Amino acid sequence: MLINFQFPILKQGTNRLAHRSRWPPCSLWLFDLLLPNIFPVSSELYFQTAAELGEMLATKKISAVELAQTIIERTKAIDGRVRAFNSFDESDALAQASASDARRAAGQARGPLDGIPVGLKDVISVAGQPLTASSKMLAQFVSPYDATVARKLREAGAVCWGRLNLDEFAMGSSTENSAFHVTSNPWDLARVPGGSSGGSAAAVAAGEAVVSLGSDTGGSIRQPAALCNLAGLKPTYGLVSRYGLIAFASSLDQIGPFGRTVEDVAITLGAIAGHDERDSTSFRTGIPDYRAELKKRRGPWKLGIPREYFGTGLDPEVGAAVQRAIDHYQKAGCAIKEVSLPHTEYGVAAYYIIATAEASSNLARYDGIRYGHRSKTATDILDLYFKSRAEGFGPEVKRRIILGTYVLSSGYYDAYYLRAQKVRTLIRQDFLKAYQEVDAILTPTSPTPAFRKGEKSADPLAMYLSDIYTITVNLAGLPGISIPCGFTGNGLPIGLQLIGQPYLEADLLAIARAYEQAHDWHTRHPKL
Amino acid sequence: MSKSSEINIDYVANLARLALTAEEKSQFSQQLGDILHYIEKLNELDVTQVEPTAHAFPVCNVWRDDVAEPALPVEEALQNAPAQRDHMIAVPKVVE
Repeated sequence: MLINFQFPILKQGTNRLAHRSRWPPCSLWLFDLLLPNIFPVSSELYFQTAAELGEMLATKKISAVELAQTIIERTKAIDGRVRAFNSFDESDALAQASASDARRAAGQARGPLDGIPVGLKDVISVAGQPLTASSKMLAQFVSPYDATVARKLREAGAVCWGRLNLDEFAMGSSTENSAFHVTSNPWDLARVPGGSSGGSAAAVAAGEAVVSLGSDTGGSIRQPAALCNLAGLKPTYGLVSRYGLIAFASSLDQIGPFGRTVEDVAITLGAIAGHDERDSTSFRTGIPDYRAELKKRRGPWKLGIPREYFGTGLDPEVGAAVQRAIDHYQKAGCAIKEVSLPHTEYGVAAYYIIATAEASSNLARYDGIRYGHRSKTATDILDLYFKSRAEGFGPEVKRRIILGTYVLSSGYYDAYYLRAQKVRTLIRQDFLKAYQEVDAILTPTSPTPAFRKGEKSADPLAMYLSDIYTITVNLAGLPGISIPCGFTGNGLPIGLQLIGQPYLEADLLAIARAYEQAHDWHTRHPKL
Repeated sequence: MSKSSEINIDYVANLARLALTAEEKSQFSQQLGDILHYIEKLNELDVTQVEPTAHAFPVCNVWRDDVAEPALPVEEALQNAPAQRDHMIAVPKVVE
C-alpha cells in the first residue's frame, strides 16, 4: 500500500499503527512517539466509531448530550454542501440524548448504542417525524407510529437522528431522483453518493451521524457504502422487520445498517434484527451477539470468486483493488476458489421486471384519498386518482409504475413476470450451488467509483446497469456487505462486496472484519 | 414475450391511473422500449422445466387470534388525510 498524501487524515493520526509503519519514516520514531501531543488522535468526535463513542459514554468522558450537540453542529456546518438530510429535529435529538444521560446516571444504560445518534433513511417511520420517501407525494406526511427498527433503536437507547435523503421511493442508484434535492458525495461534491440510500451513506461519511439505517432492494445500501468509503450491510431477507418501512418491492426490500467499521455494523444489526409478528415475512431465528461473534470467528474461510463479475464494464482501478483484496485473503490463509454464477448476466433484466411489478402494486395505495398528495384541480373521483398520482410522483417512479403495470398486464404476465420469476430460481440455484464449495463470495460492489452528477440521469438503463453486482443478491435473498478496499488515483473510494449464506451474518461480518483490521481505508475521512 | 419492444403507453397509463403529458408519453415510450429490448435477453434461457420463485425463502400466511387489540386513535389515523369531516375521510362525490 502506498502513502497517499491527498488523504489528510494520515496527518491527523487517527490510526497510529498505520503511522508507525509508514509515516513518518523510521528515523523519526521519536517524533512519532510525540504524535499524540502534536496531532491529537481523532480530535473530531464526529468521525469516531459507535464502538469508540460507546466506550467514551460508558466511561463518562463525554455525555450523550455533548455528542448530540457535536453531531448537530457538524450537520449545520456542512449539510448545506452535502445535503444528506431532508430534515432534522434538533430539540427531539437533544431530548433523547438527555434521557440517555439520565439512564446512565441512574445505572440503567442499555448497551453500546445508548446515546449514539443513528440517522434514518426517509422511508423508515419514526413517530411524530416527517416521512417523505423524498417524494412530493408524501411531502406533508407525518408518521403516526414507529417502524419496528425505530422502536428497537429506541429500546437500545439510540438517538433517532434526522430524515435522510434518497432516490424517490428508493428507486435509483444516485439519489438524484429525490424530489427535493440531490445529495453530494462527501469525497467529491460534484459526484453522486450512490443510491438509493445516498443520504444515509453521505451523512455517516461526512460525520453528520455515527451510524445510519438504509434500505436495500437491489443494492441501495451496498453501492452507496462503496461510493462513500463505509461498511454497509444488506441482511438476509427476513432477518430485519420491514414493518414501518415504505414498501418498494416487498420480496426484495431489507433494512440494514451503515457504519464506519464492520464492528459498528455488527452493533447496529444486533439492535435491529429479530422476528417481528408485525411482518409476516420476518424469520424466526436466534439472533447471536454479532459484535462478540466477530472476535470468535477467525476462519480460515473458503472464498469464491465468480468469474462473471470480472468481465467487461468493470473499471480497471476497481478491478485491481478487488484483486489486491483477494490476494490479501489468500496470504491470510483463506482458500480462494473460482466459482461460476452463470445467470448473473440475466440479473438486471429479471430484477427490473420483478421489482417494478411489485412496485406498481405497492404504489397503487397512493391514490390521493387516505393520505399523501391530493390534486386540487380534479373534477371527479377518477380524475382525482389520475391527477394526484401525476402531480405527486416524479419521472423515475412513473417510469417504473408503467413498466411494472405493463409486465403484469393481461397477455404479458407469462412472458415477462412469470419468466423473470423462473430466472430468479436459476439465479438463486447458482448461489446455493456455489455455497456447497465456499463459505462466502467475493466481488466488486459497484463496477465504477462514484460517477458525476447528471452523468447517467438521462439514461435509465445505464443507471440500472450500475447495480449489476448487487442485484442478484436481493433476488436470492442473501446477506451482502460492502467494505472499503481502496481508492482510485483521484481519491474516490472503492468497495469490496462479500456475499454470505442465508442467516449467517455472523460469519459474513467476521470475514469482512478480517480484511478491515489489516487495512486502514476505513480510518480515512473526506475533507470538507 | 412480445415481438416488438413497444408499449401501448395510453393503455398502460390508464391501468396505472397515471395522467401523463404528451412529453412524458414520448420520453417513456422511447426509454421503456430500450429497457424492454434489454429485458428480452431473458428469452435466451430455456425455463420450461424451472419452477418460479416469488420469494427467496418459503413464506406462508401467518395468522393471529381474531381478537380486538389496541389500535391508533381515529384522530391519529386520520392526521394525514387530505380532507376529512366528522372523523371520516372526505372524497369527491362518487354517486349521482
